[in-house]
Amino acid sequence: MSALLDIEDLEVTFGRTAAVRGASLRVEKGETHCLVGESGCGKSVTALAMMNLLARGGHRSARRMTFAGIDLLSLPDRAMARIRGNRMSMIFQEPMTSLNPAYTVGSQMAEVLTRHKGASRAAALDRAVELMGRVGITAPQMRLGQFPHQLSGGLRQRVMIAMALMCDPELLVADEPTTALDVTVQAQILRLLASLKREFGLSILLITHDLGIVARVADRVSVMYAGEVVERAPAAELFRAPQHPYTRGLLSCVPVPGRVRRDRPLGSIPGTVPAIAPGFAGCAFRSRCAHAIEVCEHDIPRRPAGGAHDYLCQLLPRERAEPQPA
Amino acid sequence: MSAIEVANLRREFRVRSGLFAADKHVIAVDDVTFGVPAGGVLGIVGESGCGKSTLARLILGLLTPTSGSALVEGKRLFALDRKARARLIQPVFQDPFASLNPRRLVKDIVALPLAAQGTFTRGEIARRVATILERVGLSAEMGDRMPAQLSGGQRQRAAIARALVLEPRIVICDEPTSALDVSVQAQILNLLADLRRDLGLTYIFISHNLAVVEHVASEVAVMYLGRIVERNETDALFRRPRHPYTQALLASVLTPEPGRGVPDVGLGDTLPDPANIPPGCRFHPRCRIAVERCRSVAPAPMVGAGGAMVECHLA
Repeated sequence: MSALLDIEDLEVTFGRTAAVRGASLRVEKGETHCLVGESGCGKSVTALAMMNLLARGGHRSARRMTFAGIDLLSLPDRAMARIRGNRMSMIFQEPMTSLNPAYTVGSQMAEVLTRHKGASRAAALDRAVELMGRVGITAPQMRLGQFPHQLSGGLRQRVMIAMALMCDPELLVADEPTTALDVTVQAQILRLLASLKREFGLSILLITHDLGIVARVADRVSVMYAGEVVERAPAAELFRAPQHPYTRGLLSCVPVPGRVRRDRPLGSIPGTVPAIAPGFAGCAFRSRCAHAIEVCEHDIPRRPAGGAHDYLCQLLPRERAEPQPA
Repeated sequence: MSAIEVANLRREFRVRSGLFAADKHVIAVDDVTFGVPAGGVLGIVGESGCGKSTLARLILGLLTPTSGSALVEGKRLFALDRKARARLIQPVFQDPFASLNPRRLVKDIVALPLAAQGTFTRGEIARRVATILERVGLSAEMGDRMPAQLSGGQRQRAAIARALVLEPRIVICDEPTSALDVSVQAQILNLLADLRRDLGLTYIFISHNLAVVEHVASEVAVMYLGRIVERNETDALFRRPRHPYTQALLASVLTPEPGRGVPDVGLGDTLPDPANIPPGCRFHPRCRIAVERCRSVAPAPMVGAGGAMVECHLA
């Protein structure tokens, strides 16, 4: 099966800072792919680079970057603008900053369709009402005339999702879509995304730092650290047998309800992410890794761990004698 | 013995609703009563807008209560002046980027509570600051930096140092790790646990993250629209939540267990509005099991053995 989104060896630099260093990412049709990592690991920049939305000063290059067979690297800006919001759409963390406060919900939603599909305003508003109903917004007709500040956080995020679906996209890029929401609302939004995926055959690239979300919604996971994808695996496989020391450390940091031992400290990863300048060699995690040895300063192989699971580390699985995180 | 006793605490805000409309009263904290034993950790959980941060601000003296009382080590908290209160209670806030003065050196930020007391010599201040910086895991060299030169975790360590430099009895932690990455969050939670044990501190720990609260708290209070609707020892509350709202909150926690999908929390789409508190039980519009009585009669707190409390007709 050919991937809907196929990125190979993506590099993104901002001046002297390498934000993404050789990241590869494949999103198959109909799957939810989670890109997980901590702040500054390059997960959002990867998505922005793919959509050609990098901030000023950002420079991207890649061996390959295709979306539904279209080569994104050679695509002119205007052609990309026709794909964005149309065949691929995105939702961001804070719906208040991504909705225009000066326009009503209805006119912002309708614009997507009139602009991309040349639909009439009336037809676009009908579609907006229909989709608002589908994403669980009550009284959609009334919402059309409301401004973003008149909606709650959960409702705003639903409006963003409905807006992202206006043109029947093939790929939905969701960057921390529930981070600003309460846990109860978060569960509702994630359930909604899962049902939309089934109903519309959507592929979702979900960017998050929350391993709980990853476990519950992902089909496949890519773990990023310091601009590299250090481990990728089907979700069940990643949680059953994490291989990269960073992934394992990250999992041990998360308190799991019902398995809490208050008398014991949580697992933690010492130190902080190093600043990576272009030309950095070796494993970026080695300064925080309990298993680092001299060879980690050199090129790191990508090791297979069975099936579609691989990871970026010098150490063989048997060289790491450490207990599974509880 | 209780480190802090709060009784019938209440705070109203007046909200202007328009030029000619009558002002609305929002009761952000409504008849809140609890005690925390010395050395204990009371976790306070609830959704945004439930009044948990207002409660923290009342106890810190940043807001004055409409009514109610609080005793700290037998002293009436709301009658104390700022300096005396600062020696008893100190805060650690969510955002270490916003809560540290960006134009001061870290060591001066940490020294400020001491300097404000006006009773410490310079030498004494420098000595105490050096001790506490080391205790929270910051090197002396970090003290000579500006906050912008520190990472998020280091800033939160500096905020903790500032809170502890006066050797308070109680620390109010308001979402202390919510702005941090998980690996750093674990470092800070472990540090807070060590400090509590070594210095005999009492924490009031406010968070929306139930997994974190379960890890740090000895007792948990669940707030909904300004009231504590359930309070119990942590293990009992997590094992046998009695209030339907507590049950829904616990159900919405996404543990890192693959294949289990996202649960249906069953709270519906109506969101709580502090300016329009429903009659009867304030939770009834979102409650799965509400009966007729819940719509008209507000449940009274039922206190069981061991001080567990729940406000629900059906619990």
